[in-house]
Amino acid sequence: MDIDTGATAWVLISAALVLLMVPAVGLFYGGMVRKKNVIATMMLSLTALALGVIQWIIIGYTLAFGSDIGGLIGNLEFLGLNNVSIDGVTGEIPEMLFICFQMMFACLALAILSSGVVGRIKMSAYLIFGAIWLTIVYAPLAHWAWGGGWAGQLGALDFAGGTVVHISSGFAALALAVVIGRRLGYGNQVMNPHNIPLTLIGGVFLILGWFGFNAGSALAANNIAASAFLVTAVACAAGALTWMAISWKSGKPSSLGFITGAIAGLVGITPAAGFVNVGGALAIGIITAIVCYAALTWRIKKGLDDSLDAWAVHGMGGFAGAILTGVFAITAIGGVGGLIEGNITQFGIQILDACVAVIYAFGVTFLIAWVIDKIIGLRVTDDEEYVGLDIAQHGEVVN
Amino acid sequence: MKMIVAIIRPEKVDDVVDALEAQNIPGVTITDVRGRGEQRGICLQYRAGKMQIHTLPKTKLEIVIPDKDVETTIKTIREYARTGKKGDGRIFVLPVEAAAWVRTDELIID
Repeated sequence: MDIDTGATAWVLISAALVLLMVPAVGLFYGGMVRKKNVIATMMLSLTALALGVIQWIIIGYTLAFGSDIGGLIGNLEFLGLNNVSIDGVTGEIPEMLFICFQMMFACLALAILSSGVVGRIKMSAYLIFGAIWLTIVYAPLAHWAWGGGWAGQLGALDFAGGTVVHISSGFAALALAVVIGRRLGYGNQVMNPHNIPLTLIGGVFLILGWFGFNAGSALAANNIAASAFLVTAVACAAGALTWMAISWKSGKPSSLGFITGAIAGLVGITPAAGFVNVGGALAIGIITAIVCYAALTWRIKKGLDDSLDAWAVHGMGGFAGAILTGVFAITAIGGVGGLIEGNITQFGIQILDACVAVIYAFGVTFLIAWVIDKIIGLRVTDDEEYVGLDIAQHGEVVN
Repeated sequence: MKMIVAIIRPEKVDDVVDALEAQNIPGVTITDVRGRGEQRGICLQYRAGKMQIHTLPKTKLEIVIPDKDVETTIKTIREYARTGKKGDGRIFVLPVEAAAWVRTDELIID
């Protein structure tokens, strides 16, 4: 197929929008932590961007999008971007652009999962963990869904990364948080967000970037991209208002709840963006927000310190979204019908796909984290944690 | 009257303030401060070299109370701000000559 200039322009912009999401995650989470950890928290996202780029060009892309080996992983034909030519085409866009667009997704997944261990992870351990995680957790998941792996072969629907980005990063954050342990004083000390406006700014940039994330995943400038854009807005708004309503019942409609609901709605619509209509998007936004809210309150009750709720919002939101895609998919939109059109098989495939992603992401991440912890230790000393990672890890301080 | 000036760990402030309120001592002024004690800050040990952090963030509580409440206040702050580690803080007791209200004309001279 020839390169389509409109599609190329749109995906270039989308790639830049998704790139923006990575530091936006840093702002989003940076506002939620205590003042002594804000630089370190933002650095986890910034380093995810740098690390993700290098990992992707060396090994990530080839494992995700190289020729399929047994439905599980790509081969090494594109190792170090070998065999990628300037004239290569993927669909209607240059292959180079496809590589860039997908690269941002990998960076974003690592940035999201970093939130599970803010305020206590060593930068050195994080870099090693990140490189390994992107290689043996993220890349296979991307291959399964989009690179010709078993999930794609089975017909599992994941338009923009519900399993690949959100289930993977959310459940990985939980696994990492379990291995590293709670923050010092968790549960008996106040750990309030130090700067909510910073979180809101990050959240707004995340929402903006998400339109590139979802509508860009059409890899074209066409009706599917436009539809994905619209349903993304609907689910985001529905999620925000739903969270606001639930939290209002038990207190006040906080801005943090509102922005979290918006993100939950966006997570839910991510796998469904190219397959559902606005009615489905409305339902997905509402249901995902309820699921994430319930997961968050359950996590707090259990005393798990997934510090900033990557698991509750991204993990459980991605899980809900993957399954709801199998409910609300409409043949007229993406060519596949879901449960509401009587397609029980698709619904079953979605459940299977989501469950395998959950088990793989959690299990393998747990293993990687455990091994790194045993060899070099994941965690800073108590003194460093008490002083804060800004000064202890980076020698800088926010006045 | 006395003023209690307590320099304590920031993470202990809420516990202390709630405990004082339970003792019917609700009034407190809270300031974020940085400081150092006998340890001269904190020294972080790395594989290569050391890093001295000269001042640490603490919180200062200022509480004006009748003389009879001094012991209770000190006891409460100690109980709720103590971790047993270096850096738990200090409590000072200062004499207060008078206290006046802004809203009313009330003036208490000790």
